[in-house]
This record gives sequence, C-alpha cells and structure tokens, in this order.
Amino acid sequence: MAVDPNKLKVILVTDCGSTTTKAILIEYKNGEYRQTIRGEAPTTVEKPFEDVTKGVLNAVREVEELSGRKILSGDDIITPAQGNEGVDIYMSTSSAGGGLQMMVAGVVKSMTGESAARAALGAGAIVMDVLASNDGRLPHERIERIRHLRPDMILLSGGIDGGTITHVAEMAELVAAADPKPRFGTSYRLPVIYAGNKNAREIITKTLEAKTALLIKDNLRPVLERENLTPARDAIHDVFMEHVMAHAPGYKKLMAMAHEVPIMPTPGAVGLMIQSLAKADRIAAIGVDIGGATTDVFSVFFDKGTDLDVFNRTVSANLGMSYSISNVLAEAGLDNIMRWVPFQMDEADLRNRIRNKMIRPTTIPQSLDELQIEQAISREALRLAFKQHKEMAVGLKGVQQERTISDAFDQSASGETLINMMDLGILIGSGGVLSHAPRRSQSALMMIDAFQPEGVTTMAVDSIFMAPHLGVLSTVHAAAANEVFVKDCLVRLGSAICPTGQAKEGQPCVTVRFTRADGTAVEESVKAGEMKLVPLGDEKVKAAVVPARGFDCGAGKGKELEATLEGGTVGVIIDGRGRPLPLPAETKERVRKLAEWNRALDIYPMK
Amino acid sequence: MAHAYTPGLKVTEKSVVRKDRRLPLKGQVMVKQGDAVASDQVVAKTELPGNVQTVNVAGLLGLLAEDVPSHMLKKIGDPVAKDEAIAISKGFFGLFKSSCKAPVTGTIESISQITGQVILREPPLPVQVRAYIDGTIVQVNENEGVVVEAFGTFVQGIFGIGGEVAGEVLVVAADPAQELTPDLLTPACQGKVVVGGSLVRIAALQKAVEVGAKALVVGGINDADLKAFLGYDIGVAITGTEQKGVTLVVTEGFGQMTMARKTFNLLKSKQGLKASVNGATQIRAGVMRPEVIIPLAGERSTEETHKQDGGMDLGMAIRAIRHPYFGRIGKVTALPHELQKLESESHARILEVEFEDGTKAIVPRANVELIED
Repeated sequence: MAVDPNKLKVILVTDCGSTTTKAILIEYKNGEYRQTIRGEAPTTVEKPFEDVTKGVLNAVREVEELSGRKILSGDDIITPAQGNEGVDIYMSTSSAGGGLQMMVAGVVKSMTGESAARAALGAGAIVMDVLASNDGRLPHERIERIRHLRPDMILLSGGIDGGTITHVAEMAELVAAADPKPRFGTSYRLPVIYAGNKNAREIITKTLEAKTALLIKDNLRPVLERENLTPARDAIHDVFMEHVMAHAPGYKKLMAMAHEVPIMPTPGAVGLMIQSLAKADRIAAIGVDIGGATTDVFSVFFDKGTDLDVFNRTVSANLGMSYSISNVLAEAGLDNIMRWVPFQMDEADLRNRIRNKMIRPTTIPQSLDELQIEQAISREALRLAFKQHKEMAVGLKGVQQERTISDAFDQSASGETLINMMDLGILIGSGGVLSHAPRRSQSALMMIDAFQPEGVTTMAVDSIFMAPHLGVLSTVHAAAANEVFVKDCLVRLGSAICPTGQAKEGQPCVTVRFTRADGTAVEESVKAGEMKLVPLGDEKVKAAVVPARGFDCGAGKGKELEATLEGGTVGVIIDGRGRPLPLPAETKERVRKLAEWNRALDIYPMK
Repeated sequence: MAHAYTPGLKVTEKSVVRKDRRLPLKGQVMVKQGDAVASDQVVAKTELPGNVQTVNVAGLLGLLAEDVPSHMLKKIGDPVAKDEAIAISKGFFGLFKSSCKAPVTGTIESISQITGQVILREPPLPVQVRAYIDGTIVQVNENEGVVVEAFGTFVQGIFGIGGEVAGEVLVVAADPAQELTPDLLTPACQGKVVVGGSLVRIAALQKAVEVGAKALVVGGINDADLKAFLGYDIGVAITGTEQKGVTLVVTEGFGQMTMARKTFNLLKSKQGLKASVNGATQIRAGVMRPEVIIPLAGERSTEETHKQDGGMDLGMAIRAIRHPYFGRIGKVTALPHELQKLESESHARILEVEFEDGTKAIVPRANVELIED
C-alpha cells in the first residue's frame, strides 16, 4: 500500500547501528518539518538480549519521555497520530550485526565485475571480494576464497545479453563447487542473485539451483555501453530483508513494526539522502562517514553533457578510527601519518599509541597531543577511503548507463574517475572524529587536508548522524527529508576557497572580495603557502575570487570567478597552499608550517 | 545510560571457566557428558570437504566443450588417482590419441558441457578439536562439539598472538616491572608458560622460540618489535592463527608496561601448575581477548571469587588506559555528573582519581578500567 506523504505529520524513525539504536521524531509544525526529539539506547542484537526491538523500544521510550507524546501501547507503535498520541508512520534502517556483506562475481574484473561491485555498494553492502575470470587467481583459489569468506549473499553477473556464456557458466560452476554457507545460521541456503547474460539463465539455474537460493534478475550490463543496476540492487534489498535480516535476532518483529516502508541498510539510506540533497540543490556532493571500523564515501556528480546525476558509494571496510585504526597505519604507512602531526614525536611512541587505541577502542583523547594524533590519523583514513572511492567511481567505456537509485543517466567518461574536485559543491562529513571534534574548524581542516577540494566548496558536518533516518524517509517524503536535513541535521561550517596550482612561498595566490549582509566589505589576499580564515556567519554572499597567475579557482588560470560563498560556524577558509597539496619533507619545517596553518585557522588552543 | 567505562579484564584466582569446543562442520563427538578430559585430548572430529581442482579438458584435448562428456573415461562420483587418465581424445583413425590426467587424487565432482571443465575434489581433510583445558565435559552438542568446564585461575590479557598451547607456569621476572630479557629465557623454559614483567623485545621473543617456550605472558611489547617478529604490520585486530613458534599474551598494552601487580602475584602463586594459553584476540563485535587458564584440581566451584558487577563507585580501584596517565592505578575520589572540558577541549564525563603516589587527576570515564582488589 502506497504511503500518502501528505498525511505524514508525525514521523518516527530509528537507525539500529552496531552499538547504538537512535530514534528521532520529526513533526510538521508551523508549516515546516523539523526534527524535534531524539532518543537513543544500546543496540540489543547480541547476547544477552538477542532481540533488536528491545533497543528500539528503549530508544522510543526515551523519545516518549522527552516529548511527552505517548507512542507505545505495550510493545506496539500507535498509528496514526491523534492529538498527543501516536505517530503517522514508523520506519527504520539497520547496520547491526556487521551490515550486509557480499561477494560479487563477473567475467571481466574491470567491466561486469566492477558493475556488480557498484550495484552491491550502491545497495549498502560491504563488498568482501570481486571474483572474475581474469582476476589472476587459479580456480581452486577462488573456490577457497568463497568458502573462507562466508558472505551474506553472492551477486553473480557476467556477459552481455546474447554474448558468450562460457565464462559466466564457469563462475557459476566455481560457486557451486565451493558449496558456500551463509554467515548466519546453517538452516538456510546462501542466496545467489544472478544478473548476467540472459541466455545463460538455464545453465546457471541447472548449476546453482540445488545448492543455493537462486534468484534470476535482469542483466546488470545488458550491453557493453550501459549499466542497468536497479533490478540487481532491488533484488539485493529484497534478499537482505527476506534472508539476512529475517535471520538476525528480533528482525521479524522489527519488520512487522515498520511494515509500511521496508527496512533499509544504513549506508544505502545515507546514499539516498546525499542524492536527494544533490538533486534538490543541483550541486555535486561528497559525503563521508568515518566510523570505528569502516569509512563510507558517497558522491553525486552531474554529467556535463546531459546534466544527469551519477551516484557512487564505496565502503572501505578496514579504514576506521578505533577497531581499524591499525589498518590505517598499515595501509598509509607511518610517514604519511607523521606528516600531519604538528609537533615532533618519536615514531615508536606513535606506533604504540595507535596500537593502544586499537586494543582499547572506546577511549577518548584527553590531552591535546592525543587529539592531534587522532586527527592526523583521520586525515589518512579519509584520504585512503577517498582514493578508493575515486578508483571505483569511474565511467564505463561507452556512453549510456543507469546507475542511480531511481534514475537513468548518462555518463561520458571512459574509465576515468568521475570525481572532479573543481565541480564539487558541498563536502559533508560525519562520524565521531568529524562530528564531535571539539572545534568545528578542526573538522573543516581535516576534510580539506584529506579530500583536497579545489575552487570553491561548501563544507558541512552531520551533527548527530541523522542522514540514515532521513534517507529512508526520503523514499516516502523527499521534501520533508530534505527540509530536516538542511535545517536540523547539517551544521554548515562555511566555504573553502582552494586555488589549484603551485608557486613559491610568499608569491601572490588569490584575492577574495565580498560584502557581508551587514554592509562590511571584505578584501583578503592570500599568498602561496598561506592559509586564512575570514569570519562569515550564517549567510550567503556573492564574491569575486581572483586567482593570481598560474592559479585556477574554476574559471581558468588567473581568471576571476564569481562565486557564492556560504558562511557557517567556521567561516570562509582561503587555502593558498596550492594543489596538489605540498607538505615540506623536512620535519622541522613541516612542523613549523602545520603550526602556522593551525594558528591561522585557530584550530587548536594555545598550550 | 550505558556505563561509560571499559569493564576491566578478568583476573580471577578462582572461577568457573567454560570453553565451547565446536567443530567447523557437523561431525562426531568423541566424549560423553561427565568425562574428565586432558587439554590435548581429542573431543570431537570431522572431515572437511577436500579442496577442488579444475581441469580444462576441452582445452587440453582440443575438444569442443559439448564433446567433453563423450571423451571422459570417468563419470561423476568416480574416484581417480593422481596422474590417472580421466579423458582421452579419439585421435586420428584411432592413432595419436592424447589423454588428460588427474592432477590430484580425488573424485570427479562435475563435468561441464558449457565450459569443458572437469572439477575434481580432493579427499576430505580430517579436523580434530581438542579439549584445550583440563576439565570435565558438562555439555555435549550432538555432532557439533562439547563444552568443557574447569575450575581455576583465569587471567585475560589485552592483546595476543598465536594459538592454543599448554605448559607449566614459570615466572622468571623478579618483579612485574622487570623486562623479560633474553638471559632470563634459559633451557629451563622449554615447554613452559613463561611469565615476564613489563616488556618483551624482539631478541627475547626469538630466544623464547629458540629454547622452546610454549607461551610468554608479559605486560607490554613495542609495536616495532611485534612487527619485526611477525614480519608484517597487524591491520585489523584479529589474531590467533600466527605460527611463530610461541604464543604471546600481553596483559597491559603496547610500550613498556609494568604488569599489574595482582596479575603478576597471581601467576607467581601458580608456579609449576599446568596452564592453557590462547593468544587469539578479536576486537570488534564478539570481543575475544587472549587468556591464561590454570585449572585447580580438587577445588570446588562454590569457592568462586566474588565477581565485581555493576557500575563504578567511590573508592573503587581503577587503572588509566590512555595517555597521559596510561597504566597508573588509583582510587576513585569523585564522580561528578556534569560533562567537563578536557585539555583537548572535548567534553566528557569524568572521574577524579587519587593515584598510588598520592597525586590527583581528572580522567575521562572512558579512559579507565575497573580492577578488582
């Protein structure tokens, strides 16, 4: 039954995370949708409770207490709302129990393998491995891999419609030979979604039907030049609900409670929200969520030819700030972390401190140097996650494809990354290290250092990680979701002006002119190698951005750009360091420059 | 409100310890409820399906995939020996025949007309699960495994490497602050669970392997030494499968860390007793910490040391688990409710502590763990 968005005036949404279940109440008051109350409780998927709804009910009870609204009747949610009782709709997202973990298989790794990975990532999954005929592994190695990883489901694709069926049949034979077992429970068969060459369906059915729970869907790469990810992605959601979630403790009850809108995997919902925002404002957006174990990156860019949007999501399963912090060290290397530490320290000491955070992941930085070390590590975690994202967010060799959650779009790049930092309109950060940094300017600088935006970019953080809730809401009421996202969820930090190019330190880099709403005129010139912070409150201003010769802010080298600057809790950051961002190699000089930039942006308290 | 502090690691002299000994696949349980078992005794066994090898028969014999079945000498389910012919080409008027040989001993699992591949499955691999601790079988899960129970000393570490081993406890450090240097690792350490003090470096780790020590229990290790010993940087903290010749249990953390006196004294009091040790660590949902279990024969479970439960209170003993007070032990002197601003400018719930040397400090509640007196 379709939900009538006009009847939704009181909305209850929960997100069941791995550690915390967060409930929010959204109400339509005085002509606008606002998030009014928030409650949270520990997630109860694991022992001794083993029933996710207990945590949900606890979080909802907190909402009841804080709002004075009676929402529960026993363990049931009262719908619809009448006066000060009940809600019009309840919906939920979930990432508890490690989220959705998938393996995908294609014939050619860089073609159907990659398309399959994009379908899975877009649906909110962690892709554990991509198997392909040309992945360089021997058949028995692939079989061992499937048996070892125990995914929640496998997405098998390969071959364009009408093309050769040999290779995709071979992949199916390997899956059958591995006889894979699902991660949870031994009583059900592993779901396998087949979305490859339609001519191979019969042989795939014959090969896999007896050993797996097989689902046949439309080919996700019907012709070489076009992706069709929606049917596979929808199937992933269905399987997630029917097979994976249904076997997680308490989820049948939760599905009954949230019966009007299907429960979504948390990252899938965040992706929807970022897309919704990008489409509403027609701006290219990047969102990042850095957690303890994983880092998700979402991006929406607009194709210059057709103006249609291209959505991509990646999850870096082993880049995070607590459980995975040692992996950041292993992948980035000690030198790359050290380069962001604004004081001299012993390398052995840094290594031990990182390890101690890994083994005691719930501790928090008490001293300033501990905070600075964590923020140095976060830059590398974000940088690596974004690097992986750029490698995955690439165009097809060809022209058209369908990749967004609901829209078809065109994409003209050919195997090149779609991420163009000069086009980026907004960069949104979330996750503890960004959302809860003691100073907002720290979040802004961490994101600038890690993502290296170019030209003019608005920066924001998701203050209380409401994006999942609003993403699932956007499936039934996009306008309400957008309104709450902008008014209650996003904390605007301000704008970053980052010219590309290089010059010797002290040479002219960029001049910025604008007039604030109160009439004060601002003109700031920044030299190469310098950073400046210009206060600008919660307002939008038209600005003239004039790069020096050799620098580009989006209008071409040395050409003036007329830009809209958004203010916020930080203001306007003018970054004269150039792109790609150079850092002095020599330790003493590097520490001196880091300290100078930190002072310029008032990043840390003076010791 | 959830408790905002890390519950301490268990360091208990007398405790009931239960270990779930489970097969990876269904199999046969070798013991029955009530049986007394020794740590190295096999309690359950099974066979894992063998590895799979593919043979590209079509390619090797120059056939079309669809013609492969008619050229097979073996059918699905047939056993084959290594180098035995499994398919043969018809040749030219019966001449110039070529054959395709099995690369391994096993059975024919499938023959594909689509890909021309034949899949061979190698013989099953036997898997045995041992008791791990000296104790009693208190539960049998048919075809799946057993639960072994022992009564004894239970010490959890914070991080470890290496799998399950057993040996006699031998304390070689004079006090918990002493570094476990190579000279302390004498031939007398062979087969023993060696307890050191505050630190073990690469030379001592190598010496431990050389003298044949089963396990080392120490307060701390430098990450650089761990990397040198393993040959790689540990990424995600999931350990236990390392095969470096010795199991390591770190009780406090990375760096030079004096072992908690309680832990040291407890292990010292069990000198000469048999201990079961596992270095396996997993820090994520379903946390697993390394452990030392010393069954105490003849003692009763009614004597179990009282467990500390519930929240934090004034006067309780805590240990700081993060800089700048890492490793220091003290007593809680105040538990203010309001959030307080730290030097890092973060706001957090804190506690006031008086350390053993009489100095006082403010520490976030998230940065301490309770220790049992």
